Amino acid sequence: MADSTETRTTVTVTVNGRAVEAQPGEMLIEVAERAGTYIPRFCYHPRMESVGVCRMCLVEVDGPRGATLQPSCFVGCTDGMVVTTDSEKVKKAQDGVLEFLLANHPLDCPVCDKGGECPLQDQTLAHGSGETRFIEEKRHFAKPISIGELVLLDRERCIQCSRCTRFAAEVAGDAAIDFAGRGDQIEVAPFPTEPFDSVFSGNTVQICPVGALTAKPYRFAARPWDLDQVESTCTTCAVGCRVAVQSSGNRLTRVLGVDSDPVNHGWLCDKGRFVIDAIDAEDTSGDVSDPTSRIREPLVRRDGVLVPVSWGEALGEAARIIREATATSPDGFGAIGGAALTNEGAFAFERLLRGVVGTENIDAQYGDGLDPVLLSAIPRATIDEAAHACTVVVLSGDLREELPILFLRLRESAVKGRTNIIELATGANSLRSLSRVTLPTRPGEAHIVARAIAGDSSALAQLGTHPQGAAFSDADLEDARRLLGDTGEGVVFIVGRPNAAESAAVIESAIRTFVAEYPQARFLPTLRRGNIFGALDMGLAPGLRPGRTAGARGRSTIEQLRALTSGEQTAVMILGGDVLANVPDRALATSALAAARVIAVTGHGGPTTAAADVVLPASVTHERFGTVTNIEGRVTAVAAKLVAPGAAWSDVAIASELAEELGQTLGLDSVEATSVAIESTTGYPATSVVSEGAVEGRVVGRADLTSPRRALDPIAFPGIRSADLVGLAPRAGAVEEPVASSTAALAPVTMADTPEQPVPSIALADAYALRVVATRRLYDRGDAVQGTAALRPLVPATVVSAHSYDLNRLGVTTGDVVRATTPRGSFDVTVRVDDDVVRGTAEMHLNTVTTDGVDVVGTYVIDADAIVTEIRLESR
Amino acid sequence: MAVLDAPKIVSLRAEFSDSHTLTRYLATGGYEGLRKALSMTPEAVAAEVDAASLLGRGGAGFPAGRKWSMLRKAPTSYLVINGDESEPATFKDHYLVERDPHQLVEGVTIAAYALQVNQAFIYLRGEFALGLERVQQALNEAYEHGALGQNIFGSNFSLDIVVHPGAGAYICGEETSLIEALEGKRGFPRIKPPFFPAAIGLYGEPTVVNNVETMSNLPWIVTHGGAAFAALGVGRSTGTRLFALSGRVNNPGMFELEMVKNTFRDLIFDPALGGGIPGDRKLKAFIPGGVSAPWFGPDELDLALGQDEVAAKASMLGSGSVVVFDEDTCAVRAAWRITKFFSRESCGQCTPCREGSGWLERIMFRLEHGGGRREDLDLLLDLCDNIAPGLGWPPQQTTICVLGSSIPSSIHSALTMFRDEFLAHVTNDGCTHG
Amino acid sequence: MSHFRPELRQRAEETVALYPERRSAMLPLLHLAQEQDGYLTDEGMIEVAELTGTTPAEVRGTAAFYDMFHLEPVGKYVVGVCTNIACLLAGGEELLAHASETLGCAVGATSADGLFTLEETECLADCNIAPCVQVNHRFVRTTTPDALDALVADLRDGKREDEIPPHGTLIRVKRSGGLRVSRQQIADERTRERAAREERTAKEGQ
Ligand SMILES: Cc1cc2nc3c(=O)[nH]c(=O)nc-3n(C[C@H](O)[C@H](O)[C@H](O)COP(=O)(O)O)c2cc1C
Ligand code: SF4
Ligand code: FES
Repeated sequence: MADSTETRTTVTVTVNGRAVEAQPGEMLIEVAERAGTYIPRFCYHPRMESVGVCRMCLVEVDGPRGATLQPSCFVGCTDGMVVTTDSEKVKKAQDGVLEFLLANHPLDCPVCDKGGECPLQDQTLAHGSGETRFIEEKRHFAKPISIGELVLLDRERCIQCSRCTRFAAEVAGDAAIDFAGRGDQIEVAPFPTEPFDSVFSGNTVQICPVGALTAKPYRFAARPWDLDQVESTCTTCAVGCRVAVQSSGNRLTRVLGVDSDPVNHGWLCDKGRFVIDAIDAEDTSGDVSDPTSRIREPLVRRDGVLVPVSWGEALGEAARIIREATATSPDGFGAIGGAALTNEGAFAFERLLRGVVGTENIDAQYGDGLDPVLLSAIPRATIDEAAHACTVVVLSGDLREELPILFLRLRESAVKGRTNIIELATGANSLRSLSRVTLPTRPGEAHIVARAIAGDSSALAQLGTHPQGAAFSDADLEDARRLLGDTGEGVVFIVGRPNAAESAAVIESAIRTFVAEYPQARFLPTLRRGNIFGALDMGLAPGLRPGRTAGARGRSTIEQLRALTSGEQTAVMILGGDVLANVPDRALATSALAAARVIAVTGHGGPTTAAADVVLPASVTHERFGTVTNIEGRVTAVAAKLVAPGAAWSDVAIASELAEELGQTLGLDSVEATSVAIESTTGYPATSVVSEGAVEGRVVGRADLTSPRRALDPIAFPGIRSADLVGLAPRAGAVEEPVASSTAALAPVTMADTPEQPVPSIALADAYALRVVATRRLYDRGDAVQGTAALRPLVPATVVSAHSYDLNRLGVTTGDVVRATTPRGSFDVTVRVDDDVVRGTAEMHLNTVTTDGVDVVGTYVIDADAIVTEIRLESR
Repeated sequence: MAVLDAPKIVSLRAEFSDSHTLTRYLATGGYEGLRKALSMTPEAVAAEVDAASLLGRGGAGFPAGRKWSMLRKAPTSYLVINGDESEPATFKDHYLVERDPHQLVEGVTIAAYALQVNQAFIYLRGEFALGLERVQQALNEAYEHGALGQNIFGSNFSLDIVVHPGAGAYICGEETSLIEALEGKRGFPRIKPPFFPAAIGLYGEPTVVNNVETMSNLPWIVTHGGAAFAALGVGRSTGTRLFALSGRVNNPGMFELEMVKNTFRDLIFDPALGGGIPGDRKLKAFIPGGVSAPWFGPDELDLALGQDEVAAKASMLGSGSVVVFDEDTCAVRAAWRITKFFSRESCGQCTPCREGSGWLERIMFRLEHGGGRREDLDLLLDLCDNIAPGLGWPPQQTTICVLGSSIPSSIHSALTMFRDEFLAHVTNDGCTHG
Repeated sequence: MSHFRPELRQRAEETVALYPERRSAMLPLLHLAQEQDGYLTDEGMIEVAELTGTTPAEVRGTAAFYDMFHLEPVGKYVVGVCTNIACLLAGGEELLAHASETLGCAVGATSADGLFTLEETECLADCNIAPCVQVNHRFVRTTTPDALDALVADLRDGKREDEIPPHGTLIRVKRSGGLRVSRQQIADERTRERAAREERTAKEGQ
């Protein structure tokens, strides 16, 4: 609405005798609130279209036929409008609506999860008469029923505001719940055979203005008044949604979405919302191979078993491993991981590894990402820019599975017709139905398709003729080219790694083509792990130094794993994150870890921890202060809500103490000191600027891009009461008086630092082999999901999906088990027909297991050396 | 005495048992109006309808010509015919679609020509199985006859008509709800503004919605001219109308009467019409225009059957259905049953309508069946006032559509006119009538 | 694989083609699904979802809004007795109670033999022949207990099957063809008409 009226001037409306400026057409309810008059409401939600059904927000509006009652959530402001919100008539109408809402509402506030933070309860206390005139039998439904893996529904409490059903249809785009019935028999319902398992289901719980929808994991976990909360940033993926983190005692009880304009609009995905047990500091299972267990004390391997030791002993052992490994050359040592660290922790480890140990073998990615120098060199777009771009090109995995809230933002802009999406479709994709142009792209071809888009007429010929048929038409290509224009002005490329069974070189080449041909375009990279961009920006990558500057290129993760296997490198430090679960080529990771001496800095157990020689317990997310950086380069604060268990230390402390043990001083005595050092040595925005609370973080290298924080609307997002921004204490005058004598300007790498790498050509597949597309699911066998009881059942079993064209030729269909063969071996797997999968390809999910419990993708499919991987399916 | 000399305009073929067939239709002047219309300009056709002052027969009584001209500024996309007829005691459209479907098809085609619309939908109440079949049959015949489809009767005008069956929901008679149902959704009325689907209708396009009876008048208007139609009736209420008479009368049925020329007394008591009340019992009250309308007592029997005449007495002629209560009729029971209807048919969007109708119904049930309390009388009025503040006529709205604001009418009427009866129900702990 | 039998699937596809947007075919297709199964089965609704481009939850939610759609099995004959105002005044409640006795099932329930389901309806728009009774949405015009009993006996004996098809079958007359006016033609005609109209207005103005 704002779009079309921007050019016009403002209008003046009178609210209770006071003149207020407003945008023409702006909703009265918002304008009145700005003027200090809060109008009660239930169905209205600032992030969704108004429907005006609850009628709670009735006010008097003067019109040609005198003052009439109108829903202020649906009345757009016009010049000279006269509005009364405090007359007897308004009061009676609003009280009447409230009484009607309560008529059938059960009197179970004392046992309701929403009690204490319920808009209906609050309005009743504020306005209700206190006595009920309703003596009839209330409406009855069976008490809470399960409507999905995570959500319970109590239909008796529902006030039919339709927030949840509108969210499902309008925002998430998967209407798995809907109103059924009519009149006062209306109920929210999923389809009997298709439960409400949207990856966004938790949002409906959060925005329910009563206790009708509740989250199973939170049910009866706490009462709102027992909860403490702070605002923080979700680090489950790299979107960096703002959250309110709530705890009771030292237990994490709930995570709620905070409405951040540039990022998440208040929404969260279910993984970010419900990954709670995985962090739980109370867990004491003590089994270091169990990803749900917390590491509470330093451990050292003695006679083959990990035993608890003192910090001094553990640091001494770690230092000894490092010294031995680097005795002849610093190349004998390296580090893998770091996306789970804060920026401060990442910086401290970078200083330790490069400054003290002297190794260049550092990589926060796991061989499933992209060239970090390239990612740092491309002109970065913000999420807002992508969501307002005229054209967006997507060359990435399924964003709903990888970066769910980015998907929501893009979906909104496509649905509203703001943005045309061009998809280089490598596999099934949730954006498919919203895309203007879909260019099916087989593994090993993205760079060629990119050149074709950019106008290289010889490129198409290189795609060859597939037995499975042409992938896309010339008309589609023309459409794409028209939407992109000549310079790429107003275009955002969303680029990631769509397929772990395809060499990164293919995608990198495509990106380079786009950068070269569309100089005005911006790029939004879709690496997925928590603070991966903070880790890269802090130099935890081959070829990068803190502040996105260039440096010597050491070994990548895959190269380190190979060097560990061959003995060229003898020891490795693992910075959080399970290597075995994260490196797609499971065979390579397993053999490397078996050969290496391993120092694990981690808060959790798991297979990698169990394989370590020294385990240094670290505090994890929600237990530490600092900053993190999201996909767009926005730096925001994370807050400590819990005290880390046992003897766990912060990452900064571990790096500093290990440096001391190695005989040097990092000078990073605290997280605060580290943030000062980052800012003064690199010019990278640090905590001092984000913790002031007035802006929604700072975007790296784009000081002009600040968004003011939104005011909290407790009815829009019930449950968030104050969400104090508790970050690092703001350093008074820090920006004016940097600690170092000169503030280094950020002088990031450029495309010149990342020369084109030729993509080896690949032989065309024979008619019966399919090229594998290995993609990620939101719910997989990674630590976060495995550590959370509520999410574990949502992990799908491994299947192989292919186009009906390909499966029909084999005479198999959904549910059939086939024999699959790759260069690494044969296995049985169930097939699924999916015509969104590109012909000639076979899609499989990483990090899942078949019904036999085997990770066939990690074991048989992914080969870190292969450009593409082919699979042959045979009916049994 | 009743004035019965006006021509039959929409019930002309009532006497024939094969009135629904194309043969009979053609033998009785069928499709002549359409042929004539096609020889005129679309504006000229619209002008005739405007001159006829044809008030919409769906209930709201908005002039059809005005509705169309609001649209002729921008090209109209769709014409939608409202044949949902579920207003209690209304059965004229049921009659028209079953007995004279070709007249409807012809009327729709004339309207479509005047509006230059190429696709029209006839939304018919789902419970009219026979009506649905008859209209479909008529459409098939009309296509065959050249009265529909490409180049109708050799003109350059083409039209498709699709019958859309409803599925049992009174609210789908409300025009925006009907459009939702036609879009394949549940029948939730759309929030206004815009106040007419003219602006944003079916698929967001300009759309005209008209009632079945409104359409059925068009062949006659075009054939005889708007002036001839306007010459019938008085003032704004022109032409004839189908009045549906039911309840406690000797001869319930449907009567096509010239507007304004007759009174309610004529309709109810004239031997050629209602024929009076069985057993010569006294008339207690009557509903002048559907259950949303406030009731009238015997004092209003001499009121003329005209839109403005009834409105002047704070009620409405609505869909033209008159229900008669005799002295044995229990006012509490009648008001309870009407409230139960609204409670069952509220779409459920708006809180006051959804919860208010159910609450009122339960109070009325107690009064009628035992358990009523004296204080219920004030409670009823106060709840009614919360739904339609002021309890005036036309009612003030707190809801999206007027179904909500219609709920209080019957209770308010009954309580105002027969308060003693309510008190007797309280005293006797239930109904005192046989 | 279609749940609809081929003839119904074809009719369903033809119906979808009558509308500018697929979803519009929702109600007619739900009627077809009931014609096939007698009530709305999960499989039927899933197929309607596929045909209309909606989710099964939306189909079920939409269907549940409308009284004529049954989400649970019903009898071969659904008997509706109106008790709304005109029929109330003519003894509708008494006739409903009598029907309940004759059919041996409560209002809203199905008889033990699965043949009848009894419903209390709102006004059916046949108020001059009150109380009004419908069987499978056909007006049967039996206003007295005796007439109703005779009708029920006939139905039990299978005597009125021609007139009253099993529940679900609503419209037996098929549309004789698809749309005759193409979108392109509509656009052309519009342009022509607009030009002609402008010309006429210009003439009038002179
Ligand atoms: C609750 C409600 C029910 C209605 N039911 C019907 C109906 O069954 N048939 C009808 O033609 N109009 C009905 N209307 C009126 C329509 O909204 C609309 O005014 C009418 O179809 C316009 O046609 P007309 O101008 O030819 O009268 C209803 C209105 C409301 C608010
Ligand atoms: S007033 Fe009643 S019927 Fe009308 S939209 Fe509101 S809830 Fe629905
Ligand atoms: S009607 Fe305005 S908030 Fe619900």
